[in-house]
Amino acid sequence: MDATFKIRRFDPEDKQDPHYEDFNVELPEYGSVLEGLLDIREQQDGTLSLRCSCKSAICGSCSMKINGESRLACKAMVSEIKELEGDLITIEPMGNMPVIKDLVVDMDSFWHKVESVEPYLQPKGPEPEKEYLVSNDQMMTLAVAMNCIMCGACVSDCTVLEVDSNFLGPAALAKAFRFAADPRDGAQEKRLEMYDQPDGVWDCTRCFMCVQACPKDVAPMERIMDIRSMAVEKGISKGRGMKHIQGFINGVKHSGRLDEFGLARKTYGFPLWPFMLAPMGIRRLLRKRLPPIFHKSIAGAKNVKKIFENLGV
Amino acid sequence: MPQHQVLIIGGGLAGMRAAQKAQELGMDVAMVSKIFPTRSHSAAAQGGVQAAVSDDDSWEAHAYDTIKGSDYLGDQDAIEILCSEAPGDIYSLERMGVVFNRTPEGKIDARAFGGTSVKRTCYVADQTGQVLLHVMWEQLMKSQLKVYSEWFVTELIIEDNKVAGCVAIEIPTGKIEVFRAKAVILATGGIGQVYSPTTNGLVVTADGQALAYKAGATLMDMEMVQHHPTTMKANGVLLTEGARGEGAYLLNSKGERFMEKYAPNMKELASRDVVSRAETMEIREGRGVDGCVFLDLRHLGRDLIMTKLSQIYELARDYANTNILEAPVPIQPGHHYIMGGIKTDVDGRTWDQTGSNRWAGVEGLFAAGECANVSVHGGNRLGGNSLLDTIVFGRRAGEGSVGYAQSNEYIQFNEEQAKKRTEDRIKELFSRPAGGLRSANLRNEMGTAMNEGIAVFRNQDGMQKALDTVRVVREKYPNISLDNKGKIFNTDLLAALELEYMLDVAEVIGVGAVERKESRGAHAREDYPERNDAEYLKHTMVHKSDDGSPILGYMPVTMTKWEPQVRTY
Repeated sequence: MDATFKIRRFDPEDKQDPHYEDFNVELPEYGSVLEGLLDIREQQDGTLSLRCSCKSAICGSCSMKINGESRLACKAMVSEIKELEGDLITIEPMGNMPVIKDLVVDMDSFWHKVESVEPYLQPKGPEPEKEYLVSNDQMMTLAVAMNCIMCGACVSDCTVLEVDSNFLGPAALAKAFRFAADPRDGAQEKRLEMYDQPDGVWDCTRCFMCVQACPKDVAPMERIMDIRSMAVEKGISKGRGMKHIQGFINGVKHSGRLDEFGLARKTYGFPLWPFMLAPMGIRRLLRKRLPPIFHKSIAGAKNVKKIFENLGV
Repeated sequence: MPQHQVLIIGGGLAGMRAAQKAQELGMDVAMVSKIFPTRSHSAAAQGGVQAAVSDDDSWEAHAYDTIKGSDYLGDQDAIEILCSEAPGDIYSLERMGVVFNRTPEGKIDARAFGGTSVKRTCYVADQTGQVLLHVMWEQLMKSQLKVYSEWFVTELIIEDNKVAGCVAIEIPTGKIEVFRAKAVILATGGIGQVYSPTTNGLVVTADGQALAYKAGATLMDMEMVQHHPTTMKANGVLLTEGARGEGAYLLNSKGERFMEKYAPNMKELASRDVVSRAETMEIREGRGVDGCVFLDLRHLGRDLIMTKLSQIYELARDYANTNILEAPVPIQPGHHYIMGGIKTDVDGRTWDQTGSNRWAGVEGLFAAGECANVSVHGGNRLGGNSLLDTIVFGRRAGEGSVGYAQSNEYIQFNEEQAKKRTEDRIKELFSRPAGGLRSANLRNEMGTAMNEGIAVFRNQDGMQKALDTVRVVREKYPNISLDNKGKIFNTDLLAALELEYMLDVAEVIGVGAVERKESRGAHAREDYPERNDAEYLKHTMVHKSDDGSPILGYMPVTMTKWEPQVRTY
């Protein structure tokens, strides 16, 4: 099987701007993109730089953009890509991180963010002599998050990080969940307060890109939502994100549909809301897109309320 | 010049464990690793880690299984330490945060594994190594350990047979730096890329073994190279022994569970050397398909597979195009591990601290994990004992290095000269005319020869041919040239330096293999099919002579209370 790789090249020692180069590779039937890249590096052009090691999706080294999506090169099978996405395969370094050379990016900020969530067990009270007695289910819930191999694919595709580099990001927060949900950890409250801060869990826009990018089914966004739920349940979360959610729920529960105006008031609170919302309100008024100031319930809103009550919300 | 009391080379499980312990004991510790620590190949260990934590188990039973598995080549004093200290270490890892699978009572669960008399392998689904590695990394973040990540070590600095530091290249910048240390611990892992194919990662290139060998230390039992029974043909990737531990069958082309013939009691759960040989026999006798036999998991059911073996479900899907829920997956024996390594005592010292010079070593130089040989695995390692080796002997090497660093001073040496040696070496590689040989082709030539000559079954001619090829490749080495002459992230340069390391180590493997004229553990000779305790119940010891050629010697195996017996499963 042959394929053409279009690779983004960049060498800071070279005067050339970043550019693309095409390479033809010959691969076995179940060849991966990584095998193609290794063939290029070993047989065609030894100046190509990339990180790689295990060839089996466990070391997390070879994450890169393949046809615009962040994936592990060792797990991206060329035959599948050719069939679904066409013959030319474009390969670029990960996004949201500065490029060092070719497909190698600087992951310093990635590691610093992981480190900032205090990613180590902080036990409560004296430790047992042997092991902590905990249920298999509790451990396996955490094992899902521990599947994370720190490859960076989620961070590379994160749409929030694209506009706000301070966001802790999906990888660090998935790691944070792993400790916040560990029955052996004694610092849950402190953790939830920490992750509840600006740049934390409430900055996620739920775009699902990290869920799609993750090669190990960690579903970082779901873990972020798990932390939000824990913080709300513990009464720790008092910020706008939490108020926004409550406003949403209350509106639909009582009237059967979204009360946009009420939601905004609830989120920002008095006396802030008129000031925060005036500019957007004026713009929407000019475009005749202002939501009704007096919200009306839908027919049968009582039944909607019953659904909520049956769900215990 | 960066200076640390204890310097650890290698960022996998053994290195991190050593670093953690040395730091806990108050040392100024740093770690130098050619990759970010979580990229280490410890992550690829799937099935589990052995420790006698169950009520119906004992460390003595674990020790006996390990000794029998080693074909009596393991040193029994070291094995007693490994097995008796195992439960304590596993409990401490659990308290650090490892999410071990649990029994209904909430205790650490254990699964069956090859060559073990009871269920003794503690596990986290089939991602045990990865979880252990990440938990150790968490501990290093907690203690703020200094890590020189993506630094490649080019030499150890030795003065009067004592280690004084090392020279390393910072891969992202090309900067060359000299490090000073009182004690150095090598924890660089295996030799995987000496063989082609291998289950090991591309970074597993015998660096530590070669550095130690060049510095004057001894490599012991290097002919003991393990082939794992269940690897995939396409790319050599491993499918865990845990699959057979959970009850998977091995089938030949006729659909027969052929292990019943070779190991009537343990069947699929005989030790690795036995299973790999049985598979090779089946394939040779025409009961394989395309050089493979089959691993059949279908009867285990979806629930078990998706909860306890989900990683291999994905691996078989991605690399063998097989849905293991519905079809057996083709597998073959493949290079996996080296039992041999840098000779150390039970505290990781590469030198004989009794002063009687029973072997050649370097003072202040320690080793742990796969690059070391204590020796607990002897002629054949049991699955689940390598993670344990890294944890127990990584810790002990960390402790040992502290004792040494406390009672010794930094050694003075010429920093400029040390730096210049590496600079000159790189300059020489860069100055070679373009269009020379490609290092990858030489690596493949070596790897293929090793896999043909010194693998599951061996004989004089085959091994000699492999050794000759390695020497021919080394003669060609001066004719390689590099495409990449830049400073920044130059992996072309690293590949050339790594190949030089591997050629040294491949030669040592070959030299020891040819001279061990018996069959023991992984060293199964067609021309000497029996174990010969009278002549070869001893360790192969190789160190480098002044002219660079290997010097071969032997050392007795340490026995405590287990006499060699006929080994059947």
